[in-house]
Amino acid sequence: MYDLLTNLLGNQIVAYVIAASLPLIFVLTFVLFAVLAERKVSAHMQDRLGPMRVGWHGIIQTLADMLKLLQKEDIVPEGADRPLFNLAPLLTFLGTYAAFAAIPFAGIYVGSSTAIGIYYITAVSGLVVAGLLLAGWASDNKYSLYGAMRTAAQIVSYEIPTAIAILTMVMVSGTLSLMKISDMQTAHFWNWWILGGPETGIVKFLLIPFMIITFLIYYISSLAEVNRTPFDLPEAESELVSGYHTEYSGMKFAFFFLAEYANMFAVSAIAVTLFLGGFHSPIGYLGHSLGIDWLIPVEQFFWFAFKGTALVFVQMWLRWTLPRVRVDQLMVICWKYLIPYAVVNLIIVGIITLL
Amino acid sequence: MALKTEELVLNMGPQHPSTHGVLRLLVELDGELVVNVKPIIGYLHRCFEKHCEALSYNQIVPYTDRLDYLASMSNNLSYVMGVEKLMGIQVPERVEYIRVIMAELQRIASHTVALGTYGLDIGAFTPFLFLFRDREKILDIFEATCGARLLYNYIWVGGLSHDIPDEFVPMVKKFIKEFRPTIEEVNELLSFNKIFIERTANIGVLPPDTAINYGITGPSLRGSGIKWDLRKNDPYSIYDRFDFDIPVGEGKVGTVGDSWDRYWVRMLEMEQSLRIIEQAIDNIPDGDVHEMVPKRIKAPKGNVYVRAENPKGELGFFILSDGKNNPFRVKVRPPSFVNLSVLGELSKGYLVADLIAILGSLDIVLGEIDR
Amino acid sequence: MKTPEEVYNILKEKFGEDVILSYDDSQPVEPVISVDPLKIHEVGKFLRDDENLLFDSLMVLSGVDDFNGKKVKDEEGNLKEEGRTLSVYYNLHSMKLNHKVLVRVSTPIEDPKVESVEHVWRTADWHEREAYDMYGIIFLNHHDLRRILMPDDWGERYPLRKDYEDPEYYNGMKVPY
Repeated sequence: MYDLLTNLLGNQIVAYVIAASLPLIFVLTFVLFAVLAERKVSAHMQDRLGPMRVGWHGIIQTLADMLKLLQKEDIVPEGADRPLFNLAPLLTFLGTYAAFAAIPFAGIYVGSSTAIGIYYITAVSGLVVAGLLLAGWASDNKYSLYGAMRTAAQIVSYEIPTAIAILTMVMVSGTLSLMKISDMQTAHFWNWWILGGPETGIVKFLLIPFMIITFLIYYISSLAEVNRTPFDLPEAESELVSGYHTEYSGMKFAFFFLAEYANMFAVSAIAVTLFLGGFHSPIGYLGHSLGIDWLIPVEQFFWFAFKGTALVFVQMWLRWTLPRVRVDQLMVICWKYLIPYAVVNLIIVGIITLL
Repeated sequence: MALKTEELVLNMGPQHPSTHGVLRLLVELDGELVVNVKPIIGYLHRCFEKHCEALSYNQIVPYTDRLDYLASMSNNLSYVMGVEKLMGIQVPERVEYIRVIMAELQRIASHTVALGTYGLDIGAFTPFLFLFRDREKILDIFEATCGARLLYNYIWVGGLSHDIPDEFVPMVKKFIKEFRPTIEEVNELLSFNKIFIERTANIGVLPPDTAINYGITGPSLRGSGIKWDLRKNDPYSIYDRFDFDIPVGEGKVGTVGDSWDRYWVRMLEMEQSLRIIEQAIDNIPDGDVHEMVPKRIKAPKGNVYVRAENPKGELGFFILSDGKNNPFRVKVRPPSFVNLSVLGELSKGYLVADLIAILGSLDIVLGEIDR
Repeated sequence: MKTPEEVYNILKEKFGEDVILSYDDSQPVEPVISVDPLKIHEVGKFLRDDENLLFDSLMVLSGVDDFNGKKVKDEEGNLKEEGRTLSVYYNLHSMKLNHKVLVRVSTPIEDPKVESVEHVWRTADWHEREAYDMYGIIFLNHHDLRRILMPDDWGERYPLRKDYEDPEYYNGMKVPY
């Protein structure tokens, strides 16, 4: 995309800016609708209607909320460490947003077509922990501190099963580039990695159960990484009021909110890219059959957003169904179950690929 | 080299999402472990007992509504029975039947809130709204009967404020039919959810002898496996005419007397209340609900302690009369007040998250604790 | 199953007339056994543990201002109140034998001291704190006798006494509004 823009505009800087801000537009629109969806999904699961007043069926409710947040007074607690307090939401959002740079939205668009995309994402999303820890520390509030400590412990722990699951995928596909992984799963849905990928014969069928396990391990750990129920301990409202963002208000709170929803999509997008065919259509392209070339990227983008949103919907579904686990249980799930399973799974998949 | 650590004192409340009102808990924490808990109450003190000394007997009834504001009918009933006992009033059959139906509906309404908010404490949001949807139907029945949805002032000394309307019986029957599936639904969604059981089983185990010594009553006592229900053991009104069971905690998923048992007893009690209502609803005799309402209430000199099985436990009124128009002294024995006093003992050595689970399982209402 | 009168007789036999002061059955509903306030913890322990009585649950403990003082003039001609007492009522119940009894102790308002029964029935802990808070009755040997419903800095004022008057100011705030 960057190359295309450079050729089109003849100016590298302008091309950079445009390429970098495209995901931002996507993230903002996504969050706008995801927040509304969260409310509507929860409402309909609970026999309610949800927001109904602002616009048709409350469709611009989030916009109204944003306006409200913009007008709010920006409160900084007296005992807070001001610079760090202000830095924390930015750092959190930065960590999330940086991950979008390597996610391929469509065949022609990936922010940075680096060869080590997935590695970069794993590394850069570590920034989020720093931001949350900073928020908890700088707020000078015991609830925030507890929330931040929990977050740090939780995200750092769950990065291990996530990383092992990703490692499994890197091993079977033999590349770190997300673009290449996506392209391996082209054509039809039986080429998705969760269904054995482009492998053929007996290997494909042997891979399927272990790919599903890898997917589940990745999905569960990613839930913990983005602090969603049943792992939403860092902001467990019944214990810690709202955890690390207890003291935040107005736009700074909005940034945390933005980061949370963007993160939800980011982990879903990675899951889609690694397991569910990335941006490729499961049933072939309309653009090919009609011979309209420009339709293909549009279709690709649609499929990518559709699959990602579907996974986000599952996250919401879980949130409104399950209770929350306890701190020690959270760690037990990670260290006693997910990590050993992930390691064994990695070894088995390794043996299968050798066949 | 040993690292020097010290306990962190956390002020939970008076404004906190899960202290169920304006309760303040002074929690000493060692990391996430609870070392000590001190409940501090009194933020909702409304001088109920002082007011009573300046009001006549029937003027007190609306004040009792505000004790346990989730179970106003039951509060009315308990207080009114005390005054009637003191004055020797025998109320008509019809009134007794209606009172029992109201009290049982109120018990279900109160338990739905208790169970729903308990789910909320554990982090499950949806069962809360499912239960509230059905509580709304009970409130509709109450509204049709006496016009109020929360604070009824319905049960009067010697009778009731209104007779039941014509649509009352069909409404109640419809509610019973619709409520049973909700119980099933909540059982599937919450009671036997793996995470919920992990969070509540073996947490906050209350041994039976401790429970009795602390004066714990109601579902919290029965959760410890003691078959003790005033409706059976010290029958009042006409409860001896109905056939129902007393559910007790059996340690189905953990130890007897854990938080899950207290939760489960409430779940089973709703079914028993439905049974009582079913038996009573078809047998309401005819009569005048105002027949025995005294023109002027003047209790003879003396004292009375009357208690009734409220949704939260034993609600008692100790009334001292000096023969004047106003009571000389009214002392309330609120079940939540007594049940809360065990919290410090119960939650030592558990995690912060467990503290919330234990507090929720005791089902307190600050309105009657602080009075 | 014992009637209050039988309970009274058992107690009188065990503790004597000095401790078990009187038996009042003029009340229409429940008769009252009066006990020495400084011996109530022993009587309580006996009531709880004796196998004929087994009063294992204290249903309620209520403080009461009897407001029974007589106005008398001292030498200088000032009006003085004499003989006014504060009482504590114990409603006891046996869950095993299913019988009830009402015990009372009275103590002069100038020096209201009652032995705590907190160690007999743990439920008395908060009830005694409440009686202290509302009437200023001092419960001896109570482990944590603090105010419970009123603020800690309410001062030496006990709201449920019949002659209680609101303070003018509390922490700089005007009280009667």
